[in-house]
Amino acid sequence: MPRVSALDLPDLPKGQLPPHLELQRTRVHCAADAPIHTENIQYSGAYAMMGVDIGSRLDEFCKKFRVEVIRLTEDDMEFDMIGIDPAIANAFRRILIAELATMAIEKVLIANNTSVIQDEVLAHRLGLIPIKVDPSLFEYMSENDTPNEKNTIVFKLHAKCKKGDPRLTVKTDKLEWLPNGSELLVASENPASNPASKPKTYTSFSCSQKSLPEFSKHPIIPKHNDIIIAKLGPGQEIELEAHAVKGLGKTHAKWSPVSTAWYRMLPEVVLLEEVENEKAEELVKKCPVNVFDIEDVAKGKKRATVARPRACTLCRECIRGEDWEKRVALRRVKDHFIFTIESTGALPPDVLFTEAVKILEEKCERVITELS
Amino acid sequence: MELGSSDKTKATFSLADEDHTLANSVRFALNQDPRVTFCGYSIPHPSDARVNIRVQTTGDPAKEVLKDALQDLMGMSQHVRATFDKAVVDFKTSEPVKP
Repeated sequence: MPRVSALDLPDLPKGQLPPHLELQRTRVHCAADAPIHTENIQYSGAYAMMGVDIGSRLDEFCKKFRVEVIRLTEDDMEFDMIGIDPAIANAFRRILIAELATMAIEKVLIANNTSVIQDEVLAHRLGLIPIKVDPSLFEYMSENDTPNEKNTIVFKLHAKCKKGDPRLTVKTDKLEWLPNGSELLVASENPASNPASKPKTYTSFSCSQKSLPEFSKHPIIPKHNDIIIAKLGPGQEIELEAHAVKGLGKTHAKWSPVSTAWYRMLPEVVLLEEVENEKAEELVKKCPVNVFDIEDVAKGKKRATVARPRACTLCRECIRGEDWEKRVALRRVKDHFIFTIESTGALPPDVLFTEAVKILEEKCERVITELS
Repeated sequence: MELGSSDKTKATFSLADEDHTLANSVRFALNQDPRVTFCGYSIPHPSDARVNIRVQTTGDPAKEVLKDALQDLMGMSQHVRATFDKAVVDFKTSEPVKP
């Protein structure tokens, strides 16, 4: 018999990896103790010895990539990204959490606070309130800038619980928007200097924010009007003014536009052997999220099938116990991500994701211009 | 900022104001390029926002290869954006958005 190289034997598919290696490359296998094959073999020459090039350039990526939207509401969305690498999916997640701008209360000018909530705790709570306004209509404010109508939003809070009244709960609906700027006067050293001029306040608004087209119909209010800010007993009063500015989640979490954003890989549950009758009943009962179903085959036999693999939470109940690992394989598809974005309300989640992708492009551009 | 000796095929690029977000994505894009023999990134100290990206190639200048990888990454992001926008529009026309 003529000598043939092992790689040239007729049953080996040419130009493609053999199925067990393809499985290793594209699926994470979740064994009972730990997942294996988790690394992404990205190096384009990794399988060069077998004559397979797995490097995918831009055009191949564009052909393979797909997006499917599963759920989209005003505040959250769930969508699938297929054909993308975890490095880029993670970059989008990081940008969504830390590098998208929002407006949040930063400076709180407290005129009177006789409540049991300390000044700084009250200021911290006010900072965390999400404000329903598009941050791209505003500019960043640096330390030397004066607060004006283009970089600040001013709110007022005045709550008083009269003596004899029951305890009062101060909710965010008591936060009033001041479109004309601050009303608190700056104490000047020379009160008799120029009585005719307008008294100086903490902000210098040249025109009312209500006159701008975006705000004339929709006042700027917090996203939810029932967030509890403080509780006042009889005789206690809070009078303060809060200035909101634009910032990034990197600086402080109050400026993060998402309550959170996360992704998980698509679960793939495969039955390696036929699971029948009592074993099938046992399997269906074991799974807490009902991934498996019973299918009635002829002659009264029952067979287990995988009905909802997407619901799998990797609790590994189905492979606990003797011999179950031989029958059920739990896997994750390495390039299929189920992304969930929950917005706090400033911008809808699909706009947030588009902005995040734009920011990644800007970063690349910045480095390219630096290199040239 | 590029640091490398007279040999243009190997260089370390030090980027300021960057972190894992860009560096890991660029490393992935570099790996896809067949001209690259070695690529990696490191963060010298977590408190400084500075990233060092090391590129070694099979003959092309490392700067050009890095630029090509960044262009690829930009192209990928643009494609992601276009596909995502189209998918959202399709979804919205097929079902009304529930508040």
